[in-house]
Amino acid sequence: MTEPENQETVRPAAEQETVRLTAEQEKARKRRNVAIFWSLIGFIVLIFLVTLQRLTSNIATGG
Amino acid sequence: MSQKGQTRNVTEKSAETITGGAASAASPADYIALMKPRVMTLVVFTGFAGLVAAPADMSFISAAIAMLALALGAGAAGAFNMGYDGDIDAVMRRTRLRPVARGIVPKAEAYTFGGVFTLASVTLMALTANYVAAVLLAFSIFFYALVYTVWLKRSTPQNIVIGGAAGAFPPMIGWAAATGSISLDSVILFAIIFFWTPPHSWALALYKSGDYAAAKIPMMPVAKGAASTRRQIMVYALAYVAVSLAPLATGLGGMVYAGAALLGGTLFLVLSWRVLNSRAGEAGTDEDGLYDVRAGDRAARDLFAFSIAHLALLFAALIAEHGAGLHFAFTRLWS
Repeated sequence: MTEPENQETVRPAAEQETVRLTAEQEKARKRRNVAIFWSLIGFIVLIFLVTLQRLTSNIATGG
Repeated sequence: MSQKGQTRNVTEKSAETITGGAASAASPADYIALMKPRVMTLVVFTGFAGLVAAPADMSFISAAIAMLALALGAGAAGAFNMGYDGDIDAVMRRTRLRPVARGIVPKAEAYTFGGVFTLASVTLMALTANYVAAVLLAFSIFFYALVYTVWLKRSTPQNIVIGGAAGAFPPMIGWAAATGSISLDSVILFAIIFFWTPPHSWALALYKSGDYAAAKIPMMPVAKGAASTRRQIMVYALAYVAVSLAPLATGLGGMVYAGAALLGGTLFLVLSWRVLNSRAGEAGTDEDGLYDVRAGDRAARDLFAFSIAHLALLFAALIAEHGAGLHFAFTRLWS
């Protein structure tokens, strides 16, 4: 059987491209992921603190 | 279909040909640089002065989180600015190492970063302080990112005059965070920074005019010439020093502030006078550093450097008086 001339058009839908990262890019991505993790934790802690603070002051004023 | 076509359905690409996303080599430090940390420092400092000088108490935790929200908001505005200005930043010596200009952070990521931090900072401000402060913060980000960066910066030599309002909001935001309102005193603090911005920015533009011309930004020395800019610096310096004395009339500023405003203001006028009588802005630009100048531009460099010190001094005086209990208002001497 002969191979179709335009092979690109008949590839399965699941076919996808991937990117092979260099070692430096892998390291940079890990550093960014760690920074995002700690930023999210920090934001959660801040919201928690604000909530506690507002609850405390509202209870104190009988609100 | 051949065996090869059936099994090898994943194509690998070299990561070096792709920027952004997982293939980015950007470090967290590059994203911090997007937020313009030096500008953030001045924003937080003046915002803190507004918060401390306001006639209302705020808990330490709330005040700290409000200042963090202000810093993040300033950072978000900086990220939008760097995203949009990546093309002109790459042309200018002073800004060519910024992350978007270097291509290490893609424009779209700078915008996303700015958007996320806008949401986070305005939400935090609304929750920890009040809606007035949150709305002012949101408006100042909008003003800096869209009105100044997108509209004014590339279209008119009045760019930093009108756009300077964005940098003048922080003490008003700090004041609103503490009191929930806007008052005459907070408007005065706004006006001080508003009138400070033109002599400050144009002093820099005088000795970096070659950079701005190369980037086709119509800064005053590029659009109207160095002599006109030097005259306008003098006019705005007079207005700035006059407005900086206003807190003495309302009682916002006390003896310490009076010393900073009168002595510092006099020196500010002297340095502006020296710029007026110099040939600053006519030597061209070849130097790399922020404070590196040719001989004829020294007067402009000196004014630029002192302008930062003087504004910091004024707001430090307010913090010392209201925060450390050194406030003995001038008005009490005769009323």
